[in-house]
Amino acid sequence: MIEMKKKSINSHTILLLITIGLFILLYAAGYFMYGFGDNAKGFEKLQTFLDIFRTNAALICIACGMTCVMLTGGIDISVGSLVAMDCMILSVGMENNGTSPTLLVPFVLLIGIVFGAVQGYLIGYLNIQPFIVTMGGMFFARGMTAMICTDQVNITVQNWFKEVAGLKVYMPFELGAVVNKRGVKMVPYINVPVLIALLCVILVFLMLRYTRTGRSMYAVGGNQQSAALMGLNTKRTKMITYILSSFLCSIGGILYCMNTMCGTTTQALGLEMKAISSAVIGGTLLTGGVGNVFGSFIGVLINGTINSIVSFNADLTRLGGTVPNVVSAFLLFVFIMLQAIFAKIRERKQ
Amino acid sequence: MNNEVVLSMRGICMTFPGVKALNNVDFTLREGEIHALMGENGAGKSTLIKCLTGVNDFEKGEIFFGKDMHPIRNHSTLEAQKNGISTVYQEVNLCPNLSVAENLFIGREPMTKLGTINRKAMVNRAKELMKKLDIQVDVTQALENYSIALQQMIAIARAVDMECKVLILDEPTSSLDDKEVEKLFTLMRSLKDEGIGIIFVTHFLEQVYAVCDRITVLRNGQLVGEYEISDLPRLKLVAAMMGKDFDDLQSIKSKEDEAVSDEVLIEARGLSHVRKIKPFDLDIHKGEVVGLTGLLGSGRSELARCIYGADKAQTGTLKVNGKATKINAPIDAMKLGMGLLPDDRKAEGIVEDLSVRENIMLAMQSLSGVVKRIPMDKQMEITKKFIDLLEIKTPSTETLVKQLSGGNQQKVIIARWLATDPEFLILDEPTRGIDVGTKTEIQKLVVELARQGKSVIFISSEIEEMLRTCNRLAVLRDGEKVGELTEDLTQQSVMKVIAGGERS
Amino acid sequence: MKKVLNWLKKISKKPLFLPLFSVFLVLIINVIYDAAQGNYALEFFRLELKEGALYGRIIDILNRGSEAAILAIGMTLVVSSSAGTDISVGSVMSLAGSLCCMILAGFGVTHVRELGDLQAPIFVGVIAGIAVAGLCGVFNGFLVAKMKIQPMVATLIFFTAGRAIGLLLTNNKMVYIHLDQFKVFGGKLWIFPTPTVIAAACILVMTLILKTTSLGMYVQSVGINPKASRIAGINSVAIILLCYVICGLFSGVAGIVATSRIYSADSNNIGLNLELDAILAVALGGNSLGGGRFNLAGSIIGAYTIQAITTTMYALGVAKAQAPVYKAIIVILIVVVQSPVIKAYFAKRRAQKATLAAAAGRG
Repeated sequence: MIEMKKKSINSHTILLLITIGLFILLYAAGYFMYGFGDNAKGFEKLQTFLDIFRTNAALICIACGMTCVMLTGGIDISVGSLVAMDCMILSVGMENNGTSPTLLVPFVLLIGIVFGAVQGYLIGYLNIQPFIVTMGGMFFARGMTAMICTDQVNITVQNWFKEVAGLKVYMPFELGAVVNKRGVKMVPYINVPVLIALLCVILVFLMLRYTRTGRSMYAVGGNQQSAALMGLNTKRTKMITYILSSFLCSIGGILYCMNTMCGTTTQALGLEMKAISSAVIGGTLLTGGVGNVFGSFIGVLINGTINSIVSFNADLTRLGGTVPNVVSAFLLFVFIMLQAIFAKIRERKQ
Repeated sequence: MNNEVVLSMRGICMTFPGVKALNNVDFTLREGEIHALMGENGAGKSTLIKCLTGVNDFEKGEIFFGKDMHPIRNHSTLEAQKNGISTVYQEVNLCPNLSVAENLFIGREPMTKLGTINRKAMVNRAKELMKKLDIQVDVTQALENYSIALQQMIAIARAVDMECKVLILDEPTSSLDDKEVEKLFTLMRSLKDEGIGIIFVTHFLEQVYAVCDRITVLRNGQLVGEYEISDLPRLKLVAAMMGKDFDDLQSIKSKEDEAVSDEVLIEARGLSHVRKIKPFDLDIHKGEVVGLTGLLGSGRSELARCIYGADKAQTGTLKVNGKATKINAPIDAMKLGMGLLPDDRKAEGIVEDLSVRENIMLAMQSLSGVVKRIPMDKQMEITKKFIDLLEIKTPSTETLVKQLSGGNQQKVIIARWLATDPEFLILDEPTRGIDVGTKTEIQKLVVELARQGKSVIFISSEIEEMLRTCNRLAVLRDGEKVGELTEDLTQQSVMKVIAGGERS
Repeated sequence: MKKVLNWLKKISKKPLFLPLFSVFLVLIINVIYDAAQGNYALEFFRLELKEGALYGRIIDILNRGSEAAILAIGMTLVVSSSAGTDISVGSVMSLAGSLCCMILAGFGVTHVRELGDLQAPIFVGVIAGIAVAGLCGVFNGFLVAKMKIQPMVATLIFFTAGRAIGLLLTNNKMVYIHLDQFKVFGGKLWIFPTPTVIAAACILVMTLILKTTSLGMYVQSVGINPKASRIAGINSVAIILLCYVICGLFSGVAGIVATSRIYSADSNNIGLNLELDAILAVALGGNSLGGGRFNLAGSIIGAYTIQAITTTMYALGVAKAQAPVYKAIIVILIVVVQSPVIKAYFAKRRAQKATLAAAAGRG
């Protein structure tokens, strides 16, 4: 019995379209609430859109790494703590020790690689559950942050790190320029972290699609036993995945530090959950084998848009981080239900 | 057909803690030969294969490979693959989320000069390969969109493309229907013509005689013998596998045993479940054994599951003992005295990390409810009773059931249902994976149950088995019950109805 | 010597080996430290009766580890039946506490100093808190059992929203209940710390349930093979749902205890990171996070072991913020030793040594 299957629209494609649609919808809602006509409080400015990228550059990098980890069926909850540790290293290094960022930045990246290698080895070769291992990593990194310094350290020294962090990349052709009340032309800008984040998304996308390592990640997540029997080195693939995640996380840490210019022990709390939730909203399954980095990118933007909308409303802002969290949780709920429903439909078809 | 030997295993010994799985076993495979490897449960077939492919680290013996018969020892399946020995398992070992093309080439994708995967080339080569082997699929679709049969052939295609000299097919036909089996055989014959040696591990006697050149029989970890197919009639093969002559095969049921009452226990009218079984009517009398027969996929299991509530009936009525009832879940059926032995014991039968005792008591405990726990002494008593009755080989009652062999696991599940003393028992492939001796014991048990006034639905792919035990056969085709046979119960008449044209 | 080794080999196979060994290690470290410091070597075990209350390092551990132990009970069932983890327990604890304080104080009120200020009897607040936690359990259980959503993802929702909802209930402020009748849950009962008593009671209740009913077998069966369980008549959906509800209820209890300790609803800090301790307790207890067989005693011991590690750290002079580093190292060490790969490696080495010894013996 041989069959021909017509090109069916994948349920995964539909979910991605919904994700993109949701982002457009949310942004449109914000626009109508705070950017339209009389209500125009600034949401209509291109800068607001670009600010979402600026605030979330670090999270974008981290979400890319998290996507890869989730593709293999694992999880990495150490990312928030690693970011905090990186920021502390950078801050203390530059501010208290006067070390040049030219040394510190590669050092931080190296730490990311080593960190990921240790986690990757435990998960890939010793077969310990990713949740436990990365939880250990989380505790370790968070504690190390405090070991380095328990106070908040602000970066005040002048060096290329600070300059690059403050660098504004203006829109070409003065796109979206607005004249403010004082008659000064404000050209919308992004900054270097955003460019780095976008570069990461593209590179990770290419890796996942066009390299053997990337396809191995999908294979391991789809059916690890089969992947091994087909001759793939599943252990090495998993280890590489975690190295990549921590490396991207370190990049994210550097970007985060450029944003906050300080190191404290309570930084980036809960960042891992934001990354995971962005990936899930973007269509990545926690069970592995399904997902793409572009969806996670949109997931970050969705969360960012919610935060942005809240910031425009004085009453909601007063309630602090609670409202975005509740809305985030609700969105997560909706997407989880959608994934479950699609899964059930697919099951019934078989 | 005396081709050159391509694989020679000599004196293989393999011991697991507590049991010598292989004792001095030899195996020879020639080029362009389809060689069946047969034996009952625990004979050592899988163990031998795993020694060859590097999964098992055997402690004694040698393996010689290739035209020059150089010694090899594989330490992993990957190494075996590189050496030209590929295996396709019953559970298709591919990644369902990847496309067909990716599954064919993963790990060895054609690369571009930049060092990235050349996706276009991969898709083209995949299309070529599928065409060469006459497998009609869209190589860009995800593997999970295709049936198990197709997935298996894609797995074989991958092995073939990797230029294997020895292809091991481990129980490939268990989930295939006859048409799919034929397609598989065609593929196997074309591979044979190319000089590939195929090791065909299977239970199905008919298939062995249809496509194989030689048979190697193992029993209890020892080599019984290697035979050419022409030298080995069926009865002799079974005798070799069982170690004794088999006259019992004939009659276990005499006319006096037929005590079918007129009372109808189960009266099903118009029960159906969308996409699984079309509306059917069926009456089952007390003391009757009804067989469900038909091709694989004709709906036999689905019909039984529909009555039991494993797949809830979406239309129709069901009367048990004359009273109309609604079954929403298996527990409802169980309370009415029914039991179901599912055909997939691994997925729906054994709870592998629970002990033998817990597995046996599971259904009984469900009937008793969560709160009322059956006292331990009673549990031990019942467990021991069935270990003896069904000759379940287990070190103790508390052994985890996953440590038992497949056949013994099956016996544990049978024990589970017998323990509930059901009025109506559905047995779906109860003798699958069980040695011939115990097969007969179970058939005798079925007849005995009927004699006690209980009712049984018996589903089996072996018509002979059903003819031996059933009073009546219901025939299914393509998801629908198409007829019943009460007289002239012979293989030929049954095949006729299955094939079509006759309705009663 | 050989006898001791053989005995060691035998007991290492027992299910409770890991948690007990961990506890043993922690105790040894304490004894060594005390001896090195010149203190009474068994300082760790010393109990003092001061002002009508028991004091001592052990008491401290049993006290502070109560919440984790209570959470571990429910988490064990959740992990066993659904091969997943409920990461909402910490936030649900906070939510339960916030609701309780809100009911007792009335919406918007931040301090209750007199019995007369109470808007409702204390037991009503407590019951309400536990009940809402149970409802969260129903929500989680529904998503996991009925909608077949991955447990970590389903519970991520309340993990994110629980504290936020709690904050909304208390109007974004901390609510203080300065009443002894409320503080008692986090205080002391006769000479014992109340949280320990409550934890003991919870453990007792669960043990009784497991011993007299077949809930344990059902939960394990569902966790190992839900399809087979269903065919055998078990309602897998109901069992999984029940496990999450139980987990929710125990989270509520733990939340009340934690709130009572600081006699206030501190939405941001109550139960913070406690879900990780609970999951860790289950894993340290020798239970597989992939579901199936479980051992409740192991989880409980695991919970107190983690607390013991934390307490030992402070006693050794480690700063609070730095303690996680050592906790992480110890935890990783324990899990590595427990990993099947390492176990197989040592088993192989033992087998090789045995064959060598046998050959030498025969030769």
